[in-house]
Order: sequence, then C-alpha cells, then structure tokens
Amino acid sequence: MPAVSKGDGMRGLAVFISDIRNCKSKEAEIKRINKELANIRSKFKGDKALDGYSKKKYVCKLLFIFLLGHDIDFGHMEAVNLLSSNRYTEKQIGYLFISVLVNSNSELIRLINNAIKNDLASRNPTFMGLALHCIANVGSREMAEAFAGEIPKILVAGDTMDSVKQSAALCLLRLYRTSPDLVPMGDWTSRVVHLLNDQHLGVVTAATSLITTLAQKNPEEFKTSVSLAVSRLSRIVTSASTDLQDYTYYFVPAPWLSVKLLRLLQCYPPPEDPAVRGRLTECLETILNKAQEPPKSKKVQHSNAKNAVLFEAISLIIHHDSEPNLLVRACNQLGQFLQHRETNLRYLALESMCTLASSEFSHEAVKTHIETVINALKTERDVSVRQRAVDLLYAMCDRSNAQQIVAEMLNYLETADYSIREEIVLKVAILAEKYAVDYTWYVDTILNLIRIAGDYVSEEVWYRVIQIVINRDDVQGYAAKTVFEALQAPACHENLVKVGGYILGEFGNLIAGDPRSSPLIQFNLLHSKFHLCSVPTRALLLSTYIKFVNLFPEIKTTIQDVLRSDSQLKNADVELQQRAVEYLRLSTIASTDILATVLEEMPPFPERESSILAKLKKKKGPSTVTDLEETKKERSADMNGGTEPAPVNASAVSTPSPSADLLGLGTGPPPNAAPAPASSGSLLVDVFSEPASAVTQLAPGSQENFASPDLASSELVSEEPSEAARGADELTHKFVCKNNGVLFENQLLQIGLKSEFRQNLGRMFIFYGNKTSTQFLTFTPTLICSDELQSNLNLQTKPVDPTVDGGAQVQQVVNIECISDFTEAPVLNIQFRYGGTFQNVSVKLPITLNKFFQPTEMASQDFFQRWKQLSNPQQEVQNIFKAKHPMDPEITKAKIIGFGSALLEEVDPNPANFVGAGIIHTRTAQIGCLLRLEPNLQAQMYRLTLRTSKETVSQRLCELLSEQF
Amino acid sequence: MQFMLLFSRQGKLRLQKWYVPLSDKEKKKITRELVQTVLARKPKMCSFLEWRDLKIVYKRYASLYFCCAIEDQDNELITLEIIHRYVELLDKYFGSVCELDIIFNFEKAYFILDEFLLGGEVQETSKKNVLKAIEQADLLQENQNEDWGGLSDDIL
Repeated sequence: MPAVSKGDGMRGLAVFISDIRNCKSKEAEIKRINKELANIRSKFKGDKALDGYSKKKYVCKLLFIFLLGHDIDFGHMEAVNLLSSNRYTEKQIGYLFISVLVNSNSELIRLINNAIKNDLASRNPTFMGLALHCIANVGSREMAEAFAGEIPKILVAGDTMDSVKQSAALCLLRLYRTSPDLVPMGDWTSRVVHLLNDQHLGVVTAATSLITTLAQKNPEEFKTSVSLAVSRLSRIVTSASTDLQDYTYYFVPAPWLSVKLLRLLQCYPPPEDPAVRGRLTECLETILNKAQEPPKSKKVQHSNAKNAVLFEAISLIIHHDSEPNLLVRACNQLGQFLQHRETNLRYLALESMCTLASSEFSHEAVKTHIETVINALKTERDVSVRQRAVDLLYAMCDRSNAQQIVAEMLNYLETADYSIREEIVLKVAILAEKYAVDYTWYVDTILNLIRIAGDYVSEEVWYRVIQIVINRDDVQGYAAKTVFEALQAPACHENLVKVGGYILGEFGNLIAGDPRSSPLIQFNLLHSKFHLCSVPTRALLLSTYIKFVNLFPEIKTTIQDVLRSDSQLKNADVELQQRAVEYLRLSTIASTDILATVLEEMPPFPERESSILAKLKKKKGPSTVTDLEETKKERSADMNGGTEPAPVNASAVSTPSPSADLLGLGTGPPPNAAPAPASSGSLLVDVFSEPASAVTQLAPGSQENFASPDLASSELVSEEPSEAARGADELTHKFVCKNNGVLFENQLLQIGLKSEFRQNLGRMFIFYGNKTSTQFLTFTPTLICSDELQSNLNLQTKPVDPTVDGGAQVQQVVNIECISDFTEAPVLNIQFRYGGTFQNVSVKLPITLNKFFQPTEMASQDFFQRWKQLSNPQQEVQNIFKAKHPMDPEITKAKIIGFGSALLEEVDPNPANFVGAGIIHTRTAQIGCLLRLEPNLQAQMYRLTLRTSKETVSQRLCELLSEQF
Repeated sequence: MQFMLLFSRQGKLRLQKWYVPLSDKEKKKITRELVQTVLARKPKMCSFLEWRDLKIVYKRYASLYFCCAIEDQDNELITLEIIHRYVELLDKYFGSVCELDIIFNFEKAYFILDEFLLGGEVQETSKKNVLKAIEQADLLQENQNEDWGGLSDDIL
C-alpha cells in the first residue's frame, strides 16, 4: 500500500512542493508561487481544453498554495467541473477543494449542490460518501436547505450501506448544528434511536453523536434512547477485551462509543424505570471497579482510553447527583489520581473534583484531600495544573478549613505565576470575607495580600476592606493599629498607603492615645509616603489630612503648613491644587462644629453585592463561580448574613470627594435608598448577577426600587417601534428620560432595553428578538467605544449565544461604570447571518451622563446658597431654545424627574419655573448639579440654566435636557 | 471538536481542519495564537490547557504537534486518543509516517481524516474499516492511472 500512496499520480505537484520547500527565503517562495499561479491561470484560460487529470493536478496545486496561507481567487469553477467527473480521484480532489475553499463564491453553490445531488442519487456508496463528507465539511445553510430533507431518508433506508449511514448521521448532525430549523423531526427520529441497537459498532458510534445533539434540544422525542443506551453500554463494559475485535482499543472495549453513550445519558435525569436504573448503576460500578484492576497493558493508550471512560462515568455520576455511594467512590478514585505520576490525570482529577465539591454528598469526601491539593500547589511544575489546584481549594473551602486554605493561597501567592496572580488575589479576598469568623483575621489577610501582591490587588479589593472596616466598629481600632504598623515598612505598596490613609483618616483617633502612634507620628508617617505616590493617592491623602484637622486639632497648624506649601497650593495637577486650596480654606474659616459635621466619620456603606465576587465572575465566566456559590449558599450560614445594614446600593466606595462634601450633597445615605428585599442574606449571595431575579425586578409592579420616574415618563414618550431610518441622535434622546423601551426594530430584528442605574453604576439588559422564523447565525453584538469614551465609561458584557432561533429572544447584560463624565454614546454593532445574507446593524446605546444622577431634595434657602456658590462663569451653561413639544407643565415635571434630578417645588419665586437638583456620580468625583428651566408660553421658548461644579458636566447636561422639551 | 491543527516544531502549519464556520482571518489568528502557545510549553507538561472558552488537547509526535480544540463538556483523554488513532492511521497507510509524507501527500492526510472524523465527531474507530475505505479509493486511482500510462504528467 505505501507504494500505491507515494508513487501515484501527480508528479508535477510533487515537484512544485519540493521547489517551495527548497526556497531559501519568503520572497523566493512568493516568487515561485506567483509563477505557478500565472502558469495555472494561463492553462485554465487557454484555448486547449484541459483533460481531467491536468485539471485535478492544477486544482490540487491551488489547494496547496492556499493551505500555505496565500489567497486563492480562481480555480473554483475548475474544481466544480471535477465534481462531475466519473473518475473517483478527480471527483475526490474537487470535493476537497470545495470543502476547504468554498466561501464567497455563492453563484457556484447551485452547481456544487447539483453535483452533490447527482452523487447522492448515484447509489454508488463511494460517491455518496464523498458527497456526504462535502456537505458535512461545508455545512452551509444553502446545503441544509438543499439536503436536510434527503439525508434522514438515506440514514434510515434499509438498503443503505453501513459506511454511508455513518456519514449520513454525522452529516445530518452538522446540518442540525448550523440550521436546526431546517431539520424537522419526523418519523425518522424513532428509527434513528434504534440505530443504537445496530450490529455495526461504527454505525452506533456515529449515530450516538447525532442522537445526543438532537436529544439536548428535543429530550421528549428521544427519551427512549436512555434504555437503549444503557443496555448497549452494559454489553460493552461487560464484554471481554477481545469480543469487539477491531473496536477494542488497547484492551479497552469501544472506548469512544462508551464515552459517547455516557455523554448521551447526561442529557437526562437518572432513569425512572428501576430495572434500567439498576442496570446503569451496575455499569457505573463495573467501570469504577475496572479502574482498580491491574492494567492490561503498560501503554499509555490503554490507561488513557480506560480513564477516558472512567472520567465520563464520573461526570454522569456527578450529573445525576443522586447516588451517595457512587459519588463517594468517584471521589476516592479521583483522590488516587491526585497523586498519579501522569500529569494529565492529576490535572483532570483536580478539575473533576471541583464539581464534586459542590455536591452535598461528596463535599466532605473532597475535603479529605486538602493536604494533597495544597501539596500540588507547591510541587506541580505546570502552571495549568497549579491553576486547577487553586480552583479546587477555592471550591472545597468552607468555614472549617478557610483559615488553612487562605493561608496556603497567600503562601503560594509569593511565588505564583504572574498569569494567575490577580485571580488568586480575588479568590483569597472573597474567601477571607466570606468565612471571616474574626474580622481581625480578615484585615490581616487583606493587608498581607497587598504586601505580597500589591500590584494585583485591584480597586475592588481595597475598596472592600475599607467598606467592611467602616461598617464594623469592632474591628476599627485593630485596623488602625495594623495599618499603622504595616506603614512602618520602608517600602510599602501604594495600595497600602491608600488603605492606610483612608483608615487612619477615619479611625486614627482610636490609636492616638499610644505615644508611639500619636497624631503627629501618624501624620508624619503618612506624609513621608506622599511624594512617592501617584496623583489619586495623593488626593486621597489630602483628604486624610483634612480629616486629621478635625480628629486632632493639636496638629492643625502642621497640616495647614503642608497644605499651604507651594508644592500643594500651586500643584500642576488641578485636582490636587483644588483640594489643597479648599481644605486649607475650610480649616481656616470653619468653626470646630462645622468641621466636625463636614468631616464626620463616614456613614456605613450600603451594600448588596461584593464587588470582588462580581469581578471574579467577570474574569472566569458566570458558570464557574455562580454554580459554586449557589450550591454552597445553604452551607454558608456565616456571620456576614444579616448583620450588615440593610443593603440597597451596589456601588463601590468612592474616595471622599472634596467638591461633593463642600456642597454638602454627598453626606448621608442616598436619599432614595429603599430597604433591601429580606432575602438578600449573605453579602456574597449575588442578587445582581442572577438574570432571573434581575428580570423579575424589572417586571412591572416591582419597580419601586429604581424605576419610579420611568412610570411617569413612559406614558409620555412613544413606545412605537423605532425604525432604522430614524436618526441615531433622536434615538438617544428618546431614552434620556427613560430607561426601558424598544431601541431598534426592522423586519428581522427587534432590540429592547431595560436598564437601571445607581450612583455611578448601571446595568442594562439588551433583548435581541428574532422576528423571523429562521435562525440567525454567528450573531455577534459588539459594543464600540472611542478611546476617549473608554477611559470615562467602563462597559462589561459577555458574548451571547451565536445562534438565535426563529422567534426567540436572547438577552445580554451590560454592566456599566461611569468613571468620569462623558459626552459621546457607545455604539452597539450587531452582525449576524440571516439566510444566506450578512446583516449589519449599528445603533447608539443610550447611556447618557444624566443616568448617573441621584436626586437631592433641598429647601429653597439651601438651593439659593449653593446656586450662588456656583457662580463661576465656567460652572454655568445656559441655553435658550424653541419648544418642540406642547408646553404642558405636568409633562415637563415628569421629564425633569425622568432626567434624574429632584424636582424642587416652591423654590423659584415664579411658580411657572422649574427647579431641580442632584448629584452626578462618577468613580472619580461626585458633581453637584442645579438646574432651572424657565418657560415662556407666549414666545413658545424655554431658557435652561445648569450650574454644576464641572464645566463639561454643565455643558453636557444642558445639551441633553434641551432636547427634551 | 471545533478544529484540529497539525504543525511542525518550527511552527509551520501542515494540516488544518475546521468544524465550525470561521472567517479566514479568524482562522489565521487562532492558528498563530495557538501555535505560539503550544510551542512555548515544555515537554512533560500537561497535554490540556484552557484557551478562550475552549479546551486544547495536544500531543507531539516526533517533529509534529497535533492539536485539537474541544468544548467544555468534551472528554480530554478520549480526544488524546483520537489524536493517537489518527497518527496510527497515517502510520499504517504511509508506513512509518513522517512529516514529509504529510507535506507531499497532504490530500491523503485530509481523506484519511474525513473517514475517521466527520463534522468534528468520531465516525469510525476501527482502523481496518477506515483504511479499507482509503484502499478502495487508491485502487480506483491506480486503475485510472494505467489509462494514462503514467506518461502524461508534465513537470509543471
């Protein structure tokens, strides 16, 4: 046979390949290829009709060139011609070319399909096989349209050859994956199920894959496959190693088929019929028993095949999660693998144990392996294995072993690979918080994290430690003492300076009695780090200093001297300069009482979700984290639950913002805080990222938390479907004063929005509805932000399923964080394939600055006082414009509320005018905003005035609101 | 299985088989990224790695790396043996196969793969059955070549 294969045919091709291989440089190769392309082109164009053999040879050369990575833009027609050749090898090369290169040449599809049709009808099994391979390889919608009806017939026909049946089964599977709507279920399905009983194991192997995929989408229709699969599996696992002849692989009977059958059974719950269930349990026990037998061969193929079946059996046991005995046996088996000399087995055992850890039956059994897993962390040489060990430690962690696991993770972090450090930091932070019995331990752990891996400690982590310290007065003194000590280190990480600065600014007084940490020493210690820090940290430290002025009047003059120095008052950075000027002024003019009020200790942080957990989910995808959390929820009756102040707010901590403080808008809990649902027990139970609960929140009737303004405005703004033609800006304007509605609609697609915002965070649910009865393929929505916008607005989302069934709706969640004020809107681009055509839709996503408004109620006197404070010309922006809508005061009021600000009654002496106030929340600052709208009915005009502490904010809000009236 | 790649130690792609629709650009990008990742791994390391949302299973045979991308629920070990069985098929067909065989007879490597795997799923695991299909084709080919007397092939 080798002689056949090597010597046959195309000598010219071999010569060409040699030439290419002999090319000394890339240039030489390209030159040779271009010469060849020119030659082939001239042959194809030449007058002389080429014989089939030459055509085959040239087509094969083109294919080779393409596979080298070059583009090929001709030869398709010649390849199609080869399809209708009667010579097998010519046909074969033609099909290969089509399989690899078919793409844009849609006019050829008809010709190709014709050739395939002829071959399918030829009754020549070899030709039928080629045609089916081609369909399976290309798998396009056009092919599905042409052949999805025909292939099931070939598959179940009594006279079809076995090899053709195999190809037909997998060909149909491929078509079903790309175009399920074109593969209607029918009489053939029950006959396909019976292929599980076929005598030919190759047919069973191919059919099982098809049945598994079909059963996932149509479980009822394929229910009978369960008992057939169990009896087939039973026959295989009890057969002697030689029974199955060529289907035995290194003494393992039919490993591929066994794995596929076990996989099929994972589409269903445990069998209800006790006989079937008993037989399956026997099978699984046999597989587990075989793992304990001495190997029949030393070859790795033997153990791999055997263990492949074993791991799949364990997956099924975990999937059923109903037989404690089997679960514990599985766990013990995996425990053995944890110490196996094969790296692959250790890796898989760690991975598989992660899922076992979340079953209540095996959680304890998994925990017994803790020492081995910790050891793996220390000794494994492959980072991907160590990563699995970290995952498993995280999964097996509970209150009994949290201290040990956290200590070991911290230990490992000292030498951990850079690629996984951030994730370990997040995991440690979560476990430390979740299982903290003693919050001093928690504080120590986080400070250790910062010491060991400061660069990988994200904002979320250090925000969180501050939140917890502020919310728990039993730990504040300890925290102050500990950060003070940690700051003594000659080189400490900037994140430690931030945490230290913040905590001492709040609670430094608790340790000031000790002469070793007197106020002056605390101040000098912090100030010694000041010049090494970045601007945001320095800004934070300046806030600490002004807090010190209040806490420690005795060092007020020292601090004033520092604030007064040129390096502060004339600092090139505007934020630092402003803080220095304002703080100095504040410390000079304000009485002790006022200082004490303004610089009061921060109120407890309202909360709902651990921002760290959210971050880990973002990194790892939803399933990994959520599942573990969900299943462990029961067990985690830890002290976090219930003791925290009633949470409502999802926002992270913001650094004390001087401008907001001075305006007096920033203190106190958010005015619209509503009590949290009683069910939000544990801090870590993540209400927000469960789509189901989020959607119920959005449902009418439960909107009081956030959407009340919309109730008013939704009546005013039309809900009718928008059209593609409508201007993008107009669309954005439509959503300025409301959060829900239809963003886009054409004949194919409807996009709906629901969103909610709180402080500087938001969450938007985008619903994509397929209005047709045909599937959308490669459905890819993308969010596009300019570089500038990206630095001001942080959008996070996950890809959606690339297939959207006809009539179905898919949902995408976008998490929004406003970092700084912004003007542009992000663009949502959607690409997908509908039928044969490519669709591309772009719409602006209505995320506007006013979404981050928090309304502020205030009395007339306060309003005018602040109004006067914001008298700087840059702070005010005014617009006079013509009314575009009827001037109805009730509608206007609703719009101002919908815009996000509070509507202040009885402030303006003129009752016809409207006055509003609120705070724009961004991560970096909180900006107090005041607004006044004066209608002039006779002229049908408005005058709108915005005053805020930031020019760009005044400007943007004025633009947005002007468009609404 | 989503795709299979064969590449040399020098990073030259020798065979690519895609079971999911992707643009040429995307294919090239994936190939570049994966070849780099896999070549950077040391021997004796684990044969599996997480990559994007897929699992990569790879194994080196002499100068060639065989690399498969499978989905989350797929079985890593059985994929490793898919690779091995394919190598056995090539070996049996070419007679102790080497990289050159795959370079010069790339079309055969594709034909054998199509008999073994179709649409990313195992179609036929019996070595005999797979090779029987290929042998039959070769027989047809030989007969047809006789018609041409082996003379008609020009160099270009």
